[in-house]
This record gives sequence, C-alpha cells and structure tokens, in this order.
Amino acid sequence: MLEIRDLHAAVDGTPILKGITLTVNAGEVHAVMGPNGSGKSTLAQVLAGHPAYEITSGEILYKGENLVEMEAEERAQQGVFLAFQYPVEIPGVSNAYFLRAAYNAKLKAAGKEEVDPMEFLDLVEEKLKLVDMDPAMLHRSVNAGFSGGEKKRNEILQMAVLDPTLAILDETDSGLDIDALRIVAGGVNALKRPDNAAIVVTHYQRLLNYIVPDQVHVLAGGRIVKSGGKELALELEARGYDWLLEAVA
Amino acid sequence: MSTTLSAPALLEQANHAAAADVPAVLRAARAEGAEQFAALGLPTTKNEDWHYTSVSSLAAIPFAPMTGDDSDLSPDALAEHRLDASWPTLVFVNGVYQPSLSDTSALPAGIRVLPLGDAVSALGDTVSRLLGSTAPASRDGFTALNASFLGEGAVVHVAKEMVIDTPVHLLYVTTDAGANGMHHPRVLMLAERHAKATVVESWVGLTEQPYFTNAVAEVVVEDGATLTHLKVQREGRGAFHVATIEATQGRDSHYVSFCFTTGGALSRSTISTLLNGAGCGTTLNGLTMLDGAQHGDVQTRIEHAQPQCFSREIYKSILDEHSHGVFNGKVYVHPIAQQTDGKQTNNTLLLSKTAQVDAKPQLEIFADDVKCTHGATVGQIDQTALFYMKSRGVDADTARQLLTYAFAADVLETIENETVRDALELVTLHRFTSLATVTG
Ligand SMILES: Nc1ncnc2c1ncn2[C@@H]1O[C@H](COP(=O)(O)OP(=O)(O)O)[C@@H](O)[C@H]1O
Ligand SMILES: [Mg+2]
Repeated sequence: MLEIRDLHAAVDGTPILKGITLTVNAGEVHAVMGPNGSGKSTLAQVLAGHPAYEITSGEILYKGENLVEMEAEERAQQGVFLAFQYPVEIPGVSNAYFLRAAYNAKLKAAGKEEVDPMEFLDLVEEKLKLVDMDPAMLHRSVNAGFSGGEKKRNEILQMAVLDPTLAILDETDSGLDIDALRIVAGGVNALKRPDNAAIVVTHYQRLLNYIVPDQVHVLAGGRIVKSGGKELALELEARGYDWLLEAVA
Repeated sequence: MSTTLSAPALLEQANHAAAADVPAVLRAARAEGAEQFAALGLPTTKNEDWHYTSVSSLAAIPFAPMTGDDSDLSPDALAEHRLDASWPTLVFVNGVYQPSLSDTSALPAGIRVLPLGDAVSALGDTVSRLLGSTAPASRDGFTALNASFLGEGAVVHVAKEMVIDTPVHLLYVTTDAGANGMHHPRVLMLAERHAKATVVESWVGLTEQPYFTNAVAEVVVEDGATLTHLKVQREGRGAFHVATIEATQGRDSHYVSFCFTTGGALSRSTISTLLNGAGCGTTLNGLTMLDGAQHGDVQTRIEHAQPQCFSREIYKSILDEHSHGVFNGKVYVHPIAQQTDGKQTNNTLLLSKTAQVDAKPQLEIFADDVKCTHGATVGQIDQTALFYMKSRGVDADTARQLLTYAFAADVLETIENETVRDALELVTLHRFTSLATVTG
C-alpha cells in the first residue's frame, strides 16, 4: 500500500529526513517511535503533503502511484488521513460543516453523489458514539476552544467519517488520560480492516497496549535506526532510546 | 442647478432651496449649516482624522440634489432589500421619502416613526430637542453640508419604558435616475428612559453611477434605555457615502451599533458615542468587505465621560484586490470616568498583496482606575488552517473561501436580530465565496 524509498526531505534548506525506507502493507499497523525532534512529525506531514517540506530525493508510492506529485487534498480524497499532533483551530467553521465538506469532497472525487446535511447527520451520529463525543460538539467551530483530549477525539471522529485507506496518527495519544486513550485506541481498532493500514506515531509505548502493531520502527536523526516486532516497543519502554542512539552514533 | 461642493455657489443653492415652504426650524438650521460649510469646507488629508481618506475626487464632481425620481425602480429589487416586509419601513428613493412604498401601520403604540418633513409638526418637540444637538453643523464640513440641505430623513421616537421587538427599517435606495445626485438625510432617534428598540438603516445602490450620500444621525439613548442601530451600507460601486452617527447616552443605557460596509467607491462611516451617565455601555461592532478599487473608512469614537461604563468593540475587514480599508478606533476616557471597562479588537484579512489597510487604535486615558485593552491584527489566510482543511480533502479554493467567511462569521454572530444576521451572513457569503451555505 505504501512504499517509502530512501526518502530525504528538508525544510527551508535544512535536511530533516535523511533516507527513510519503509513498506506498509494492507492490513498492517506500524508504530513509529523515537525521541523528540527525530523527524516523526516531519514524516507524517510529508505523507500528508504539507507544502513546507521539500522532498530532496527518494520516492513515495501509495497504491502504486507517486504520492509526491499529488496535492494534499488529492491525497486525502484518495484515502490518506493524518491525525495531527497539534489539531488546528478553525473559528467560524462548524465541525458539522467541515466534516461534511470533507466527506463530500471524497465522494465527489470518487464520482459519487454528495450527501445532504440530513443524511450526513445520521452517518455522523453513529461515528460520534465510537469516540464517545457529545453531538453538541458538531455545532461548535472546528477545534476552537476544545481541550487537548477533545481535539484528539475530534481527529479520530474525522478519521471515522472519512474512513481512510492509510491512516497516520501523529502522537494522538500524547496528553490523553487513560480513559481518553482507550477511547481513541478503540476508535482506531474499530476502523481496522484487511484493506486498510495505519502508521501510529507515538513517543510512548503505552498506546501500543491498546493498538497492537505489526512492526515498530525507531526514528532518530531523520533515519530509521531500528525496526522490529511489537516487543521492540517494550524494550524501548524499559531501556529508553539512549542505547539505540549510542549504537548508531 | 449643479455645482461642485467646494464652490461658494453651493451656499447660494442651499439658501435658495430654503424657500418659503420649508418649516422655520429647518430653515434656520439650513442657514446655519450653509454658513458653517462656507467656513469649514470639505476636509483635506492635512486634517489628522482624514489622513487616509481623500475626498478630492468627491469634491470634483458637480452633484445636484436628488429629486426622488423613482421611475426606474424595480419593485423586485426593492422587495429584496426590505429584509422583512412586515417591519415598519420608511423607503427613500433617490433621496426622497416615498409614502407609497413605505408602511408604518404595523407600529405598536409607544413608538413613532415619521419622515423628517412630517415630524417637524407632529413631533416638533423631539425635532427641536435633537436637531443639531449631538451633531451640530460646526462639527465638520459634511455635517454642515447635511444641515444646509435639511429636509429628508426620519425621526424615531420611542416612549419611555416601551419595549419594541420589531425593528424599524429606514431604507434608502438609489437607482440610475439618481446618478450624479446627492442627498443629505438626517435621522433623529430618541429612546426615552428604559425604552428598547432596534433601528436598521440600509443604504442600497442599484446603479453603478456616481452619486453622493451624506447622512447624519443624531441619537439620544436615555437612562436605562437600549437602542440597537444597525447600519447596512450596500451602496452602488460608483457611490460616495459619508455617514456620521453621533450618539449620547444616559445612565445605565446601552447603545448597540453594527456597521456593515460593502458598497461604494468611497465610503466613510463615523460612529461616535458619548457615555454620559454612570454604568452605561456601548457595543460597536462592524464588518467591512471591499475589493476592486474601493475605499472604505470607519472611524469610531467612544467617549467615557462617566464612571463604571463599558465599551466593547470588534471591527473586522476583508480586503481584496486594490481596495483600501481604514479603521480608526478612538477611546477617550475622562479623568472622572473611573472603573471604565473598555475592549477593542480590530482584525483585517488581506486577500491580495495589493490591498491596503491603515488601522490604528487611539486610546486616550485620563483616569487611573481603568481597564482598557485593544488588539489589532493584519494578516492573510491562515496557511496552517488551509493545510489542515486540504489534508481532509477540501480543495484549496473552497478552503480559502471557508476561511474567509469564517473570519467574518464571528462578528456577524454578534447581531442579535436573526433576520438581519441571516441576511448579512448571506451577503457576506456571496461577497467572497461561491459557497451556497456554510451551515449544517
Ligand atoms: N517547519 C519547520 N521549520 C523548521 N524546522 C522544523 C520544521 N519542522 C520540523 N523542524 C525540525 O525538524 C526536526 C524534526 O522535527 P519533528 O518532525 O517535529 O520531530 P518529532 O515529531 O519527532 O518530535 C526538529 O529539529 C525540528 O526543529
Ligand atoms: Mg512530533
């Protein structure tokens, strides 16, 4: 589904990703871990198509197509979804409207009929239960004045509505208490299917008690310095990152 | 006869117009206006308050007083601008009050709404009390000019303790027949103590031709009264629009103003209120949306003259293409106005590199126990929000439009009357977007 080959990316001329190679197959969950500043969010943003990051070399294939060539909105319409580490507040645009605009954009790209507000409401109400969100949140502006946990849940709600093929969750667990973490993880697990995949970026092993990864990758200094099975996460939890960083230094 | 506004012949014209059929009270005011105008003339950019707005293009056009010719007025176009046909409405077409298009039969007891001409006799006391009281002819050239042509306009008088829920609408329409014309309506509003009412003033241009609106409103809000005054400026693209609103407030009163500006080649709205009784307050909000080569200037002045008063102000502008927006928000706090609570916010969204804004807060505070804050921002579309929307599949164009609308939405939400709010939301939506709706 996703093939990243020797990916190098820079921001304002400063190289940040320095040769990432990663393959994610349908049905898999990959965890990307690593210390602060190692490039996890950069990788996530690059996959989502943020224009600030320049791909200096390497390639990204998504369902066999060159992802780098696609605009962010096109990627989303093709099923790529990024749950932001820092979800953006959009005062003045209601959650309900935003969700429907996103949902319809995807339908339209697939050549399907758009849904009207009433139909859409039925669909959303079901998804709201998945993340245990108050329907009143639909009528508030997107993320505006939401607590940290509400913002993260809202990301998962968007994900649930858009039903992505490739979901990338960037530290969706950070700052969540254990109940919120369970809800978020439950949402992710409920959406898991043989024909989709997820990349779960996290700083802590804790989330991986709830979302069990097929593979764990450790990112440091813009490179994947170690990959392994789910037990690697436990080892990182016990030993920290330093031993790995020393090994590659 | 037409003449440019700077010419002395204008005096002649005004005096001439002050013929025998004009009531004495107006005749006297006209004479004073003409005299003051001769002395003051039109402001130049050397005048600090007019630094960013030059009226030289206005002064160069020979405008003739409008005649009220309504022969080319389309009933459908008029209907569209009524907001709610059931509201008591005075309609002015090309500068002149039109009884046949107006209807105040739905007015409840306790509120009087009359065209200025009728009010001179029917509400003589109100007219003599208010006329020239908050906006004397000596105020500036435009006010003097308005006085020198006194005749059209309206009087709204709300008797004490009357709470009037239905808004009163004063609707001024200019058509092609009004091209190269000018009109100088004067509105007098009095909310007696503990009264409550809403007045909407709409300025609509159904022509691209140049014409000149020079309006003055004098507003008195007595103790405990609440007056909501919504100004909707949708003049034609060739129009010059100058509006001066001068309010004065009694103890515990509330003057709520919204200034919506989207039309005109050159417009200038001055909204000024004197907080002249303890515990009173004002809410002055507004939205300006310009494009092309439009110039839109909003000046507000809040004068805290008594203790424990509050003022709340949110002004937003969306400027596209080569337009030029000006905002000057003055807050003056007298030494005795302790415990003043003032807050001013001014945000501008620039949609093009060539759009220009001159915005300044001007706080002059002479009391020591006050809380006055102000914040101003000028920016472009938020790229972070744009990317966030795109990352959800919303195309860049739609995302930009949504963000533009959203910028305006929160200030529009402060309009309490739902009909006006909905109407202005729609105007705003259509101004810069192709979206049909943003609700649901
Ligand atoms: N937009 C940006 N501008 C400048 N530097 C950036 C930008 N984004 C990321 N970086 C830098 O790239 C490095 C990796 O950041 P990031 O991808 O956010 O790491 P992580 O998510 O692993 O904590 C850091 O040194 C950070 O300062
Ligand atoms: Mg990060």
